[in-house]
Amino acid sequence: MINIFEVAETNEMIEKENLDVRTITLGISLLDCIDADLKRLNEKIYQKIYGAAKDLVATGDYISNEYGIPVVNKRISVTPIALVGGAACRTQEDYVSIAQTLDKAAHEVGVNFIGGYSALVSKGMTAADELLIRSIPKALAVTERVCSSVNVGSTRTGINMDAVKLMGEVVLQTAQATKGEDSLGCAKLVVFCNAPDDNPFMAGAFHGVTEADKVINVGVSGPGVVKTALEKVRGQNFEVLCETIKKTAFKVTRVGQLVAKEASRRMGVPFGIVDLSLAPTPAVGDSVAEILCEIGLEHAGAPGTTAALALLNDNVKKGGVMASSYVGGLSGAFIPVSEDQGMIDAVAAGALTLEKLEAMTCVCSVGLDMIAVPGDTKAATISGIIADEMAIGMVNQKTTAVRLIPVIGKGVGETVEFGGLLGYAPIMPVNGFACDDFIGRGGRIPAPIHSFKN
Amino acid sequence: MKKTIITVVGKDTVGIIAKVCTYLADNQINILDISQTIVQGYFNMMMIVDTNQTGKDFGVMSKELEQLGEHIGVIIKCQKEEIFNQMHRI
Repeated sequence: MINIFEVAETNEMIEKENLDVRTITLGISLLDCIDADLKRLNEKIYQKIYGAAKDLVATGDYISNEYGIPVVNKRISVTPIALVGGAACRTQEDYVSIAQTLDKAAHEVGVNFIGGYSALVSKGMTAADELLIRSIPKALAVTERVCSSVNVGSTRTGINMDAVKLMGEVVLQTAQATKGEDSLGCAKLVVFCNAPDDNPFMAGAFHGVTEADKVINVGVSGPGVVKTALEKVRGQNFEVLCETIKKTAFKVTRVGQLVAKEASRRMGVPFGIVDLSLAPTPAVGDSVAEILCEIGLEHAGAPGTTAALALLNDNVKKGGVMASSYVGGLSGAFIPVSEDQGMIDAVAAGALTLEKLEAMTCVCSVGLDMIAVPGDTKAATISGIIADEMAIGMVNQKTTAVRLIPVIGKGVGETVEFGGLLGYAPIMPVNGFACDDFIGRGGRIPAPIHSFKN
Repeated sequence: MKKTIITVVGKDTVGIIAKVCTYLADNQINILDISQTIVQGYFNMMMIVDTNQTGKDFGVMSKELEQLGEHIGVIIKCQKEEIFNQMHRI
């Protein structure tokens, strides 16, 4: 039988170390809503989302109450809208109307984000894909809860450099369109390589076409729990360090598995995956960078950071995989800047640069995330940063992503405040040397060779 | 059997167990196990209870125990057993 020490350990994790279930994300396929008539399409989308998700928030709250574990976010992901709207949308405004429908449905069912205003263009863009991508700035400016993502590359197809070029412009236009809120729109826009179909985390969540009609995916968290566990093995060797991370990740993931199964049972929706990510928040003690410091670095960004992050990421996966019957999504350690107090401190101390972050993304679970850059950064430069990050994902057969926020009207040394889970960030300098001729070439970078790995 | 774990944490005072047990008895909740320690003057108790017989909804019971805790000056928390089993047992 469970003893008092085990109970105390679990509750300590929840109460003092910020253990929580970061999100229950309900994936909903909108493929059956497709209609050539825009008005009917919007109605069908609203009805489908409302019907599927009306009990989602209540279910999350109920589970949270029963097990005494916070379920922080309840969210929805939908089929990439470029596919759903292709038959009905003739103009950018048509697509924006779908974004507004998604936003309305999100408000009505009470979720804080809805993801899937997306296009998958890793090899080529259809006219509908391009229309959706060009509508993103407006869509993110007129909605509150809609999140957008574009997959521009994959290991199998290479990188669509036309899309990379376009996304540099779209990121800047989104920043412009939301400059009244410190370019907040860009915090809801992710550019991916190898985007997973079942990611429950925003802003990059969408419900892939390989998925069932509805599915429950759960994202766990718990950087604070890992950090506290590592405090107890300070100074010990790597074997002890890695074992401790694995055991802790196992415990954290088990909670996610329990919540996912329970949510699935209560809602009558199949359980998809648990995403075993260490997702930080701006709260003190809920930071991935603090784990890196606990491993032995003065600041995230110091020499040794990439190795420390690599072992952290790998052992989180090793521990978590056994704890859940299905693991998926992004699974690993996130390294967003604005959402992680330790990262913010590292940038402020001058320890962490964009280039070091790029190196870290080779071994972390996603990519360049929530990084504020000067508002006068050129579109081609943003495309260049995207291209670099996509290349890392393509060659290393991993998911990479870019979520940059060029803050209009602000420069290096200033700070931008997004609020809530999105946090605040010091604006980081960007390498100012030009890459316009590279980005201007057009076309695709071919898929990499899958042999002769060196 | 539907097992729930009740934890009580707070400043030690006369009658904490008595009051919690009275509530449980009044609501047909059977106590299967109690462990208790005092750490630096703070009272820590864990009870494993069986809620099969009670007609009370889990949410209501949880709320009422929380209010009882406020009344005595301790924090009372109810959680279904599965979260601990999942985390600590393979």
